[in-house]
Amino acid sequence: MTDAAAETTAHDFIAQTVAEYPVVLFMKGVPEQPQCGFSATVISILNQLDVDYVAVNVLQNDELRQGIKSFSSWPTIPQLYVKGEFVGGCDILKEMYAEGELKTFFAGQGLLPAA
Amino acid sequence: MGQIAQTIRDKLNSAFQPERLEVIDDSARHAGHSGATPGGESHFNVVIVSAVFEGQGRVARQRCVYTALAEELAGPVHALSLKALAPGEAA
Repeated sequence: MTDAAAETTAHDFIAQTVAEYPVVLFMKGVPEQPQCGFSATVISILNQLDVDYVAVNVLQNDELRQGIKSFSSWPTIPQLYVKGEFVGGCDILKEMYAEGELKTFFAGQGLLPAA
Repeated sequence: MGQIAQTIRDKLNSAFQPERLEVIDDSARHAGHSGATPGGESHFNVVIVSAVFEGQGRVARQRCVYTALAEELAGPVHALSLKALAPGEAA
Protein backbone atom coordinates (compact mmCIF):
# COMPACT_ATOMS: atom_id res chain seq x y z
CA MET A 1 0.00 0.00 0.00
CA THR A 2 1.32 3.49 -0.77
CA ASP A 3 1.73 6.02 2.03
CA ALA A 4 -1.20 8.03 0.71
CA ALA A 5 -3.41 4.94 0.54
CA ALA A 6 -2.37 3.92 4.04
CA GLU A 7 -3.22 7.39 5.29
CA THR A 8 -6.65 7.27 3.64
CA THR A 9 -7.31 3.88 5.22
CA ALA A 10 -6.29 5.23 8.62
CA HIS A 11 -8.45 8.34 8.17
CA ASP A 12 -11.45 6.20 7.15
CA PHE A 13 -11.02 4.06 10.24
CA ILE A 14 -10.76 7.14 12.49
CA ALA A 15 -13.78 8.85 10.90
CA GLN A 16 -15.83 5.70 11.27
CA THR A 17 -14.79 5.18 14.90
CA VAL A 18 -15.54 8.75 16.02
CA ALA A 19 -18.89 8.61 14.18
CA GLU A 20 -19.83 5.33 15.84
CA TYR A 21 -18.89 6.05 19.47
CA PRO A 22 -19.75 9.25 21.35
CA VAL A 23 -16.47 9.44 23.30
CA VAL A 24 -13.27 8.13 21.72
CA LEU A 25 -9.76 8.50 23.11
CA PHE A 26 -6.81 7.83 20.83
CA MET A 27 -3.98 6.97 23.18
CA LYS A 28 -0.68 5.18 23.59
CA GLY A 29 -1.29 1.86 25.27
CA VAL A 30 -4.55 0.65 26.78
CA PRO A 31 -6.55 2.20 29.65
CA GLU A 32 -5.37 -0.47 32.08
CA GLN A 33 -1.76 0.16 31.06
CA PRO A 34 -1.07 3.48 29.33
CA GLN A 35 2.35 3.66 27.64
CA CYS A 36 2.72 7.40 28.09
CA GLY A 37 2.19 9.80 30.97
CA PHE A 38 -0.05 12.12 28.96
CA SER A 39 -2.36 9.27 27.97
CA ALA A 40 -2.40 8.13 31.61
CA THR A 41 -3.45 11.61 32.73
CA VAL A 42 -6.40 11.71 30.34
CA ILE A 43 -7.52 8.21 31.32
CA SER A 44 -7.48 9.23 34.95
CA ILE A 45 -9.60 12.33 34.18
CA LEU A 46 -12.16 10.30 32.21
CA ASN A 47 -12.30 7.72 34.97
CA GLN A 48 -12.79 10.37 37.64
CA LEU A 49 -15.64 11.90 35.67
CA ASP A 50 -17.03 8.38 35.20
CA VAL A 51 -17.83 8.98 31.56
CA ASP A 52 -18.10 6.02 29.17
CA TYR A 53 -15.46 6.01 26.47
CA VAL A 54 -13.83 3.86 23.86
CA ALA A 55 -10.03 3.82 23.73
CA VAL A 56 -7.98 3.18 20.60
CA ASN A 57 -4.33 2.23 21.05
CA VAL A 58 -2.40 4.03 18.31
CA LEU A 59 0.72 1.98 19.05
CA GLN A 60 -0.91 -1.08 17.49
CA ASN A 61 -0.27 0.30 14.03
CA ASP A 62 2.08 2.93 12.64
CA GLU A 63 -0.38 4.13 9.96
CA LEU A 64 -2.87 4.89 12.71
CA ARG A 65 -0.25 6.59 14.85
CA GLN A 66 0.64 8.95 11.98
CA GLY A 67 -2.90 9.12 10.57
CA ILE A 68 -4.45 10.46 13.76
CA LYS A 69 -2.07 13.43 13.61
CA SER A 70 -2.99 14.41 10.05
CA PHE A 71 -6.70 13.64 10.61
CA SER A 72 -7.03 16.42 13.17
CA SER A 73 -3.99 18.56 12.23
CA TRP A 74 -2.83 17.93 15.76
CA PRO A 75 0.71 16.60 16.16
CA THR A 76 0.40 14.92 19.54
CA ILE A 77 -1.30 12.00 21.25
CA PRO A 78 -3.59 11.53 23.22
CA GLN A 79 -6.56 13.04 21.39
CA LEU A 80 -10.14 13.05 22.60
CA TYR A 81 -13.16 13.13 20.28
CA VAL A 82 -16.70 13.70 21.47
CA LYS A 83 -19.56 13.13 19.03
CA GLY A 84 -17.13 13.24 16.14
CA GLU A 85 -15.50 16.52 17.17
CA PHE A 86 -11.91 16.89 18.31
CA VAL A 87 -11.95 18.34 21.85
CA GLY A 88 -8.26 18.45 22.72
CA GLY A 89 -5.17 16.74 23.99
CA CYS A 90 -3.79 16.32 27.47
CA ASP A 91 -3.13 20.00 28.28
CA ILE A 92 -6.57 21.15 27.18
CA LEU A 93 -8.41 18.35 28.94
CA LYS A 94 -6.42 18.97 32.12
CA GLU A 95 -7.35 22.67 32.05
CA MET A 96 -11.01 21.98 31.26
CA TYR A 97 -11.15 19.41 34.04
CA ALA A 98 -9.49 21.69 36.60
CA GLU A 99 -11.98 24.44 35.81
CA GLY A 100 -14.99 22.13 36.00
CA GLU A 101 -15.64 22.85 32.35
CA LEU A 102 -15.15 19.29 31.16
CA LYS A 103 -17.91 17.93 33.37
CA THR A 104 -20.28 20.66 32.17
CA PHE A 105 -19.30 19.90 28.61
CA PHE A 106 -20.06 16.18 28.94
CA ALA A 107 -23.31 16.96 30.73
CA GLY A 108 -24.26 19.38 27.93
CA GLN A 109 -23.66 16.57 25.42
CA GLY A 110 -25.94 14.30 27.42
CA LEU A 111 -23.01 12.02 28.29
CA LEU A 112 -23.08 12.70 32.04
CA PRO A 113 -26.04 13.51 34.28
CA ALA A 114 -26.55 17.27 34.66
CA ALA A 115 -25.07 18.61 37.91
CA MET B 1 20.09 26.45 27.58
CA GLY B 2 20.14 23.65 25.00
CA GLN B 3 20.09 24.27 21.30
CA ILE B 4 16.55 23.01 20.74
CA ALA B 5 15.20 25.04 23.66
CA GLN B 6 16.82 28.09 22.11
CA THR B 7 15.23 27.34 18.72
CA ILE B 8 11.81 26.93 20.35
CA ARG B 9 12.30 30.22 22.17
CA ASP B 10 13.38 32.06 18.99
CA LYS B 11 10.50 30.73 16.91
CA LEU B 12 7.86 31.52 19.53
CA ASN B 13 9.30 34.99 20.11
CA SER B 14 9.12 35.82 16.45
CA ALA B 15 5.69 34.25 15.83
CA PHE B 16 3.86 35.59 18.90
CA GLN B 17 5.82 38.51 20.39
CA PRO B 18 4.92 37.09 23.80
CA GLU B 19 4.89 39.24 26.88
CA ARG B 20 5.95 36.17 28.81
CA LEU B 21 7.65 33.01 27.58
CA GLU B 22 8.99 30.08 29.55
CA VAL B 23 10.63 27.14 27.84
CA ILE B 24 11.62 24.42 30.27
CA ASP B 25 13.45 21.27 29.29
CA ASP B 26 11.58 18.62 31.22
CA SER B 27 13.39 15.67 29.64
CA ALA B 28 15.05 14.49 32.83
CA ARG B 29 11.65 13.61 34.27
CA HIS B 30 11.04 11.36 31.28
CA ALA B 31 14.43 9.64 31.15
CA GLY B 32 14.13 6.02 30.09
CA HIS B 33 10.63 6.61 28.76
CA SER B 34 9.99 5.87 25.07
CA GLY B 35 10.83 8.95 23.04
CA ALA B 36 13.37 10.24 25.55
CA THR B 37 16.85 10.74 24.12
CA PRO B 38 20.12 10.50 26.06
CA GLY B 39 21.03 14.18 25.54
CA GLY B 40 17.69 15.40 26.86
CA GLU B 41 15.78 18.06 24.91
CA SER B 42 12.95 15.69 24.03
CA HIS B 43 10.27 16.85 26.48
CA PHE B 44 9.45 20.51 27.02
CA ASN B 45 7.08 22.61 29.10
CA VAL B 46 6.13 25.89 27.51
CA VAL B 47 4.16 28.75 29.01
CA ILE B 48 3.42 31.54 26.58
CA VAL B 49 1.41 34.71 27.14
CA SER B 50 0.61 36.64 23.98
CA ALA B 51 -2.02 39.06 22.72
CA VAL B 52 -2.27 36.85 19.62
CA PHE B 53 -4.31 34.37 21.69
CA GLU B 54 -6.96 36.94 22.61
CA GLY B 55 -10.38 35.67 21.59
CA GLN B 56 -9.06 32.28 20.46
CA GLY B 57 -10.25 28.99 21.90
CA ARG B 58 -7.93 26.45 23.48
CA VAL B 59 -7.65 24.24 20.43
CA ALA B 60 -6.92 27.19 18.12
CA ARG B 61 -4.19 28.52 20.43
CA GLN B 62 -2.40 25.21 20.67
CA ARG B 63 -2.70 24.67 16.91
CA CYS B 64 -0.99 28.05 16.33
CA VAL B 65 1.90 27.07 18.57
CA TYR B 66 2.16 23.58 17.07
CA THR B 67 2.27 25.14 13.61
CA ALA B 68 5.09 27.48 14.60
CA LEU B 69 7.03 24.50 15.98
CA ALA B 70 6.03 21.96 13.32
CA GLU B 71 9.62 21.20 12.40
CA GLU B 72 10.71 20.54 16.00
CA LEU B 73 7.63 18.42 16.75
CA ALA B 74 8.20 16.29 13.66
CA GLY B 75 11.83 15.83 14.69
CA PRO B 76 13.58 15.82 18.04
CA VAL B 77 10.77 17.03 20.29
CA HIS B 78 8.76 14.09 21.51
CA ALA B 79 6.39 15.95 23.80
CA LEU B 80 5.38 19.52 24.46
CA SER B 81 3.26 20.48 27.40
CA LEU B 82 1.73 23.81 26.61
CA LYS B 83 -0.07 26.63 28.34
CA ALA B 84 -1.07 29.36 25.88
CA LEU B 85 -2.65 32.36 27.56
CA ALA B 86 -3.83 35.79 26.56
CA PRO B 87 -2.61 38.72 28.67
CA GLY B 88 -4.75 39.11 31.78
CA GLU B 89 -5.59 35.43 32.08
CA ALA B 90 -4.20 33.98 35.28
CA ALA B 91 -1.23 31.72 34.65
